[in-house]
Amino acid sequence: MLDLPILGLHSFRMPHDHDHPHSLLPSDPALRVKALETLLIKKGLINPATLDEIIDTYENKIGPKNGAAVVARAWYDPEFRQYLLRDATAAVSEMGFYGRQGEHITALENTPETHNMVVCTLCSCYPWPLLGIPPAWYKSDAYRARTVREPRKVLADFGVKLPEGQSVRVWDSTAEMRYLVIPMRPSRTEGMTEAELATFVSRDSMIGTGLAGHS
Amino acid sequence: MTRVHDMGGRFGDGHVTPDAEDTPVFPEDWQARALAVTLAAGSLGQWNLDISRHSRERLSPKDYSRFSYHEKWISALASLLVEKGVITLEELKTGESTGISDLATRCFKPSAVSESIAKGGPVNRPGPSSSFSVGQVVKTVLSAENQRTDGGHTRLPAYAAGKTGRIIAVHGCHVFPDSNAHGFGEDPKPLYSVAFSTTSLWGHAENPSDEVILDMWEPYLDAVNG
Repeated sequence: MLDLPILGLHSFRMPHDHDHPHSLLPSDPALRVKALETLLIKKGLINPATLDEIIDTYENKIGPKNGAAVVARAWYDPEFRQYLLRDATAAVSEMGFYGRQGEHITALENTPETHNMVVCTLCSCYPWPLLGIPPAWYKSDAYRARTVREPRKVLADFGVKLPEGQSVRVWDSTAEMRYLVIPMRPSRTEGMTEAELATFVSRDSMIGTGLAGHS
Repeated sequence: MTRVHDMGGRFGDGHVTPDAEDTPVFPEDWQARALAVTLAAGSLGQWNLDISRHSRERLSPKDYSRFSYHEKWISALASLLVEKGVITLEELKTGESTGISDLATRCFKPSAVSESIAKGGPVNRPGPSSSFSVGQVVKTVLSAENQRTDGGHTRLPAYAAGKTGRIIAVHGCHVFPDSNAHGFGEDPKPLYSVAFSTTSLWGHAENPSDEVILDMWEPYLDAVNG
């Protein structure tokens, strides 16, 4: 049982800023989650097997290999590339990658003239069905705060330096539109299969903080 | 005024620390549980996406800044569960349930998970026709505030308020978060991608040829003549 003080909880029916019921939970994050999970199970509101299923989905089934398959196909098949650029939601749906936090997708094509980079300054919006759960750095204050103001210095943190004359477009995901960067195809990959091409597509290259074929 | 989550352009955060691509999705087990509990509780249907986002933004600035991502999720969820009457403060305090909830019939079943994730929740809706077209110059409203609810949810970041940009895409109507987060309904509005040059956003642009693009609902925008 938890034994915690009530702090400033005189009015809790309406969402007031000075009421923070979560302060009743333990401060240790692992215990905090456990306390809430246990209570919700006791009330019949969540099922532990459902939680396991959700975790398994995002640990093992949905991740950056989905996005890499899309990029590889765009490199391999010029018609698919045009389809993806015209209607990415439909194009990725046909590959089975529609879903939660990826209901509206736009594909962004990197070219010698333009490098695209994706951020969400207000929270951490990310194309889950294509890339899975965002990495810690994508959710960090530093990435959220700096990318819109100094994308080139942020790229330097990733060891990426853009060629002279290439401009940067930063996409701040303020709505439910989710963005997938199509990196430029590395040289010396002619004649490769889609599956081979996919091995050159890193997660970071599809966010715009990396280049394909580089680690 | 804005809240601490609205950090785009802020100074002082230091370097970004990239991780290896094979870093575990959930480095710690509790992070996975926090995400799963939040998604499962969301499926009880007592709030929408915009309400849950706003509940994270409403963490006190001190908590928002010191909490990690998944701590924000679980803490905002606890507050939301109490606010919506799904659990009581007493239950939260003691950890003791007063009994099976009336909402237990809506409990998210394991067999429904994959279908639910695959189905998602699209937010495009029929709605008013767009007032702006591609290429048009627009200016964002001066203040990044919810225009109806004091201190309410909005998706116009402060750094992009009162700035001039141009429409580069028209997306049709999407659910309007400023309304949907506060129980005023979905109130769909035309949504646009708007490009801003870095020189229009920042006093000391890193590179004048670069741009920042934001998705903006029509109420955030005014026409610029000429």
